[in-house]
Amino acid sequence: MVSPGCDPKGLPAAPPEGARTLVGVLVLALDTATPAVTAGVVELTTAPSDPPTVRATRIAHDARKHAELLMPGVLAACAEAGVALTDLDAIVTGTGPGPFTGLRVGMVTAAALGDALDVPVHGVCSLDAIAVEAVEAPVTGNLLVLIDARRREVYWAAYDDQARRFDGPHVETPAALAARLPELGVGATAGGAAEVHAGLLGRPVLSPAAPSPAALVAVAADVLRSGAAPEPLQPLYLRRPDAVEPGARKRVSTG
Amino acid sequence: MSAVVLGIETSCDETGIGLVRIDEAGTATLLANEVASSVDEHARFGGVVPEVASRAHLQAMVPAVRRAMRTAGVRPRDVDAVAVTAGPGLTGALLVGVAAAKAYATAWDVPLYGVNHLAAHVAVDTLQHGPLPPALALLVSGGHSSLLDVPDLAGPVTPLGATIDDAAGEAFDKVARLLGLPFPGGPHIDRVAREGDGAAIAFPRGLTGPRDAPFDFSFSGLKTAVARHVEALERAGAPVPVADVAASFQEAVVDVLTAKAVRAARERGMDTLLLGGGVAANSRLRELAQERCDAAGLRLRVPRPGLCTDNGAMVAALGAHLLVNGAEPSPLELPADSGLPVTDVLVG
Ligand SMILES: [Zn+2]
Repeated sequence: MVSPGCDPKGLPAAPPEGARTLVGVLVLALDTATPAVTAGVVELTTAPSDPPTVRATRIAHDARKHAELLMPGVLAACAEAGVALTDLDAIVTGTGPGPFTGLRVGMVTAAALGDALDVPVHGVCSLDAIAVEAVEAPVTGNLLVLIDARRREVYWAAYDDQARRFDGPHVETPAALAARLPELGVGATAGGAAEVHAGLLGRPVLSPAAPSPAALVAVAADVLRSGAAPEPLQPLYLRRPDAVEPGARKRVSTG
Repeated sequence: MSAVVLGIETSCDETGIGLVRIDEAGTATLLANEVASSVDEHARFGGVVPEVASRAHLQAMVPAVRRAMRTAGVRPRDVDAVAVTAGPGLTGALLVGVAAAKAYATAWDVPLYGVNHLAAHVAVDTLQHGPLPPALALLVSGGHSSLLDVPDLAGPVTPLGATIDDAAGEAFDKVARLLGLPFPGGPHIDRVAREGDGAAIAFPRGLTGPRDAPFDFSFSGLKTAVARHVEALERAGAPVPVADVAASFQEAVVDVLTAKAVRAARERGMDTLLLGGGVAANSRLRELAQERCDAAGLRLRVPRPGLCTDNGAMVAALGAHLLVNGAEPSPLELPADSGLPVTDVLVG
């Protein structure tokens, strides 16, 4: 069996013998809101009861190299899935919250690919994708998802046991967040910062640490199946840019 | 046979998208030059705020590419290569352009060229004045002040000197603020200085002593001298002659820039001097450079102001020259390098 590889402009090779015809959509899922540089090819059928099927995933871990690793990861995932970029029907990207520089890499990659391939790009909250996978484990009470926001803060959101977000996303110190746990009814935590602050939060830690391609597509499944036009992509920064307006002029002369 | 190159520039506060066509003979033609600037968002901070610029790049990228394609009447399948500024510049800002360029190049299945911003400032002149002979380039902007020996666009560049403190454009911004003029300061100083006397105040010419580095620049001392002058007047309760101060400051800057550039060109045996960067739009710089080039028997080339400031056409122009020269494309792992040395015209 010959893999058609991932020649972006090449004609889609004939499907391997015995391969079934797609009856849904082929989605490229990206997320760079955490140190994980995530790319995956996911198939979504039209039947609402079917979970997304992962065809290939590439995850690299380097919080400083999102831009270097993402497109190679996309191509490797396409190659493994045996699809060309031009076979994709849609793109789903995490919109954060997450450290800004890395977050933008995934979002601009998704936006530019969508434009170049003429396919829709759907944004989903990255924390929602973590939640949707975390609630596969039995949870008593609500779920808190938290990831690193640098500057000794975390991005967080709270979910019920069906992964429906009821608070957040916010950015806050872990101590301030810990004080909210009773009012949020948190029974378990998930996300990259959950393990780090497990002692402070005192709740069981569930996987995953970062959004997976299947979970990103699961969050966008309804809108993907409906064929509705995507909302404009909006990054969830949750913080204003660091900048101070200059005050009074400083004197250079002494005396 | 000709080729079309898309250029993406996001090293500072301009999201620049350019489209350039180049023929086999190496003649490059400008097809589109879309610039979305976030300069107004930075004005109240008195300088470019990196995070504000990066956010604006993300919002502007795809719409700017679409506008450029429409303006040029170019379809995606007409594009033969994508070039992008890989450095130097603001890291977060560069990354937006680099990531977008990779996505477009990969989706369209064309080569990717990660290029040097400074070399692109030189290459852009070919869009207006045709093929470039070996030249001495003076690049001056809010981010850089450099003298470069450029024997060939696609080949290695030799840096002869650069600023050791503030960039020339930065000095314009700071002095403008001192004089109560808006950001960015360059155009305002230029305008106000026309009403003033450039010889009214003898401001210092930095690094022009016999033992100073002949081709380096320093504008920090000049800026301080202007501040002291203004403060002394204010302390004495005297009115500040804004036009004279602006003109005298500007004269000090362009005097040093042009003197060093002309001297460098002669020492290197070049007969062409090229100006580039945002400050090259300064009318007094153009005027004095022309005077001194005429006196020294040098040919002066200055692109029109819209090509001097940061833009995507300059990146596309350099990419186009690299493409016709058969340069090896950059790998998909291309990083953004905020401190990319000017000797690296193309990031391999
Ligand atoms: Zn520049």
